[in-house]
Amino acid sequence: MAHIVGGYFTSHVPAIGGAIQRGDQQEPYWKPFFDGFPPVRDWLAEAKPDVAVCFYNDHGLNFFLDKMPTFAVGAASEYRNEDEGWGLPLFKSFLGHPELSWHVIEQLVSDEFDITTCQSMLVDHSVSIPFELVYPDVEAWPVRLVPIAINTVQFPLPSARRCLALGRSVHRALQSWQGDERIVVIGTGGLSHQLDGERAGFMNPDYDKFCMDNLAADPDALVKDTTKEIVRLAGSQGVEILNWIAARGALGDGMTETHRNYHIPISNTAAATMVLEPG
Amino acid sequence: MTVVSVPDMRIPGTTLFDGHAAGKGYQLNAMCYSFNEARNREAFLADEEAYCTRFGLTPEQREAVRARNVLAMIAVGGNIYYLAKLAGIFGLNVQDVGAQQTGMSVEAFKQMLLDQAVPEKMED
Repeated sequence: MAHIVGGYFTSHVPAIGGAIQRGDQQEPYWKPFFDGFPPVRDWLAEAKPDVAVCFYNDHGLNFFLDKMPTFAVGAASEYRNEDEGWGLPLFKSFLGHPELSWHVIEQLVSDEFDITTCQSMLVDHSVSIPFELVYPDVEAWPVRLVPIAINTVQFPLPSARRCLALGRSVHRALQSWQGDERIVVIGTGGLSHQLDGERAGFMNPDYDKFCMDNLAADPDALVKDTTKEIVRLAGSQGVEILNWIAARGALGDGMTETHRNYHIPISNTAAATMVLEPG
Repeated sequence: MTVVSVPDMRIPGTTLFDGHAAGKGYQLNAMCYSFNEARNREAFLADEEAYCTRFGLTPEQREAVRARNVLAMIAVGGNIYYLAKLAGIFGLNVQDVGAQQTGMSVEAFKQMLLDQAVPEKMED
C-alpha cells in the first residue's frame, strides 16, 4: 500500500530560479531563505519519496484565459517546462505517473469534483522551483509527478473550503492506491504578497502566522474566509495559500509540523517553507 | 445582478481580476501571453504598433501599453501575471512594476519591502 511520507510547502517566487542560476544562495539577501532548505533535504533523503503530488497555480504557461479550469489534474507521462517570457532558466522535465493520476481523477469525480484532465500539460516555475530547492544537485528528479493546478488567477476562485475538500478527496485516492509508492504531498505559492495595484508590496505577517500555526493541527481554521477576504488579508497573489490548503487536505489527519522557515522579503513576497510529517 | 465587486467588498489599491476584467482585458492579456515565445517578443520590439493591431487591442489598451503604465493596463483589464511578461521584455521586474504603481522610486519600494521584515527574524 502506498505510504504518504508527509508534506512540503514552499513559496515559488520566480526570482528564486534566477538566484539559483546565479549561485546566490549564500548572498545576504537570499541566505535567510535558502537556509530553510537543508532540513527539508535531509528529511526527503531519509523519507525517500518516489512520487510527488503537487498542488500549484499556473501563471500563464499552460493555461490562458481562453480556457481556465478551476481544478486541473495532469495525467501525462511527461511534463515539460517552457519559456515563461520573463527570463527564467528552463527547468528540467518531470516524469509523470499516469496510472496514479487516473486513480486520483476517478476518486475526485466519484466525489463529485468536476475537474479538467490534462494528458498534455506544461508546468511552470511554481512546480519546478520547489523541486530545485530541495533536490539541488540531481540530473533527473527522483520523483514522478502528479500535478494538480488550482485557478488562483481569475475570479471566481474556488473557495478555500472547496480546496480543502478537494485535497481530502485526493487523500482518499492515495489511501486506496494499491502500489507501494512513497508519496510526498507538495503545496506551493504564497505566502502574503501583492504584485498589482496601488497596494503592490503589501504583506501580512500576522495572517501568514495564523495560516502556518494552524496548517498542521486545524486546517479548517484556514477555510472560514471567502477568497475575496483572503485577498484582503494575504494580497492578490497571497491567495495562492489555496494551494497549501488543498495540499494539507491531501495529507489526511494526524500531521505534525516538523520544520518552518519564514522570511520577509523575497522579491515582493513573504516567503515560507514548512514540513508536516505523520504523527 | 452585476459582475463588478460590490462596494463594501472593495479592497483598497486592489482590482479583483474577475469576469468583468477578464472580458475587458482579453486582447491585452492574449498579447502578453504570446510573449512566452521569444520570436513574439522580438516581433513586438520590432514593430509595437503592428503587434498591438494583430491582437486587436482597444485604443485604451494601446495607449496604456504605449505609456508603459501598469495601473492603466490594469484599468483596461490587464492581469499582472500576463503583464509581467510584457514588463520582462523591457527588463523590468516586479519591484520596478511595484515602484511604478505605488509612485515610489525603485529604491524606496525595495526599502518598503525590507522594512516589513518580522523583528524576531532580524535578531537571528
